[in-house]
Amino acid sequence: MSAVAARGAPPALLEIDALSVAYDGMRALQDVSLRAEAGTIVALIGANGAGKTSLLRAISGLVRAQAGTIRFDGDDITRMPAHRIVKRGIAHVPEGRRVFASATVSDNLLLGAYVDRDSAHRTARLESAFAAFPILRERLEQRASTLSGGEQQMLAIARGTMSGPRLLMLDEPSLGIAPLLIPQIYACIRGIAAGGTTVLLVEQNVHAALGAADTAYVLQTGRVVLHGAARDLIGDPLVQEAFLGISAV
Amino acid sequence: MADAGVEALTTFEQLLAGGLLAGLVFALVAVGLTLVYGVMDVVNFAHGEFLMLAMYATLGLALVGIGPLVGLPLVAIALFLFGVVIYRVFIRRLLAGPPEATVFGTFGLLVLLQGLAQSLFTGDFQSVPHPPFQGTLRLGAVALSQATLVEGIGALVLTGALFAFVEYTETGRAMRAVAEDRVAATLMGIDVQRVNALAFGIGAACVGAAGALLMLSFPVFPTAGASFALTAFVVVALGGFGSIQGALVAALLVGMLEVLGGYYLAPELKMVPVYVAYLAIVLLRPQGLLGRR
Repeated sequence: MSAVAARGAPPALLEIDALSVAYDGMRALQDVSLRAEAGTIVALIGANGAGKTSLLRAISGLVRAQAGTIRFDGDDITRMPAHRIVKRGIAHVPEGRRVFASATVSDNLLLGAYVDRDSAHRTARLESAFAAFPILRERLEQRASTLSGGEQQMLAIARGTMSGPRLLMLDEPSLGIAPLLIPQIYACIRGIAAGGTTVLLVEQNVHAALGAADTAYVLQTGRVVLHGAARDLIGDPLVQEAFLGISAV
Repeated sequence: MADAGVEALTTFEQLLAGGLLAGLVFALVAVGLTLVYGVMDVVNFAHGEFLMLAMYATLGLALVGIGPLVGLPLVAIALFLFGVVIYRVFIRRLLAGPPEATVFGTFGLLVLLQGLAQSLFTGDFQSVPHPPFQGTLRLGAVALSQATLVEGIGALVLTGALFAFVEYTETGRAMRAVAEDRVAATLMGIDVQRVNALAFGIGAACVGAAGALLMLSFPVFPTAGASFALTAFVVVALGGFGSIQGALVAALLVGMLEVLGGYYLAPELKMVPVYVAYLAIVLLRPQGLLGRR
C-alpha cells in the first residue's frame, strides 16, 4: 500500500507515506499512505474508530507520527508544530466544530484569519464566506453559542477558509446537522474545491461524501483497505460493509 | 439630631470613596491573577510575591532618585520580563505535569521569593523616601489623601487598558481563544506557548504597576504582597475565575466592604464582611458574579 506515491507521477499537494500513529500505546493508524491532488475533494470513509480523525490530527500536527512522512507542497511537515502548519496553508475544521462559543461570530472568523493579517485578504474571504453562508452576516455580532448546530457548522467551515488554506480538512461536516442543511454545506464544499482549494473530507455520511468527492480512501482499523475514484467506490461491497457498519451504530 | 444624620452620611460617603479607591487597586492586582487563570488554568500562588518584588524594585528606583510614578513603567516592564522568564523556565514545565503541579509549584515559588526577600532585604518595613502626593484633596465633605487618589485612578486606567487590550486587539483575541479552547486555538495557527508566556508576563506586569502605585502610601516588607494577594484571590473567585469585568466589580465590592467593616465593626474585623459576602456568593452562584458555566 505504500507505493501510492507512484514513481514518476508528479508530486501531489499532500503526500502521506507509510504513516503510523499511536495514542497511549493504542495503534490508531498503521502504514497509511494517501495522495491528495490540488483542487480535488478527497473523502476518508470508514466506521467509528477506523482512524479517520487520527489521520486529520496527524496532518495538522495535533498528534505526532511514530513512523512515516507527511509532505505538503513538497515539504516534509511531519514534525512541524501545529501552529506553523496552519501558516503553511492547511486548515483543519475539527470534529464537533469547536467554535469559540463565548466569542462573537465576527471574532471567530477573524481568529480563522489569525495567520494572515492582510486586510484585503480578510475582506475578500469574509465576502466569500458570506456568499456561501448568508446567515453568518446576519449573526456577525452574536456570540457563537447562540447559533444553532447547523449555523455553528457553517461558522466552523467559514472560519477554516479565513486563512486562505490550500488544503482544507473537514471532520464530519454533516454530523448533527438538520438534513435540510446538508446540501447547502456540500454545495459550499464543492465551491471551495472549485476555487482551487484541496478538500480532505472525513464523513460518516458515505453517500454525501462519495457524491461530492473525486477520490476516496476507505479506512478500517487504522489501515487503508481500499482507495480509488469516488464514483467507482459507491458500489463496492467493502464500502457497503463500512457504510452498514456505521448505520448499525 | 439632624446634625448627627448629616455627619453619619458624610462619614458614609467618606468611607465609600475610600473603599472604591482601595477596590481599584485590588482590581489591578486581581486582573493579573484572573488573566493567567483564564488563559492557562494556573492559579499563581506567588502573585503576591511578584507584587512584593515590584514594591522592592520601586523602592530601589526611589533610592537612586527615580520616583514611583516615573518608575512605574520601568517596574512594569521588568515584571513583564520576569513573568515571561518564569513561564518559560518553570510554569511551562509544570503544565506538562498533573494539574496539582502548578499549585505546588507556584506555592513553592511563593516560599522561595519570600525567603529570598527576607535574606536580601531583611524583614524591616521600608518606605519610599519623600514620597510625592502627601496632601489631602477635599471634594465637598469628603477628604481624600492625594496618594490614595493617584493609586486608585492609576489602577483604574491600567485595568481599563488591560481590558481594552484583551477585548480589542488581535493578540487579545488570540488570548481569549486560547482561554476558551487551546486545541481550536492551535488550529487557528496560534502559538499557545507564546500566548501563555505573554499572558503570564502581562499578569506579572499588572502587579508591577500595582506595586509601584502602592509604594506611594505603603511600606514594603517580605510578606507585603501576601495580604493583597489573599484579597485578590477572593476578588477573582467572587468575580468569576477568568473574568476581567467580574474582577473589577468584585474588587470594588471588596474594597467597600473592607472599609465599611473596618469602621462599623472594628478595624481587626474588616475582612469579616468580605468573607461573608464571598461565602454567600459562592454558595448562591458558584461560578462567581460574572463567571461562565
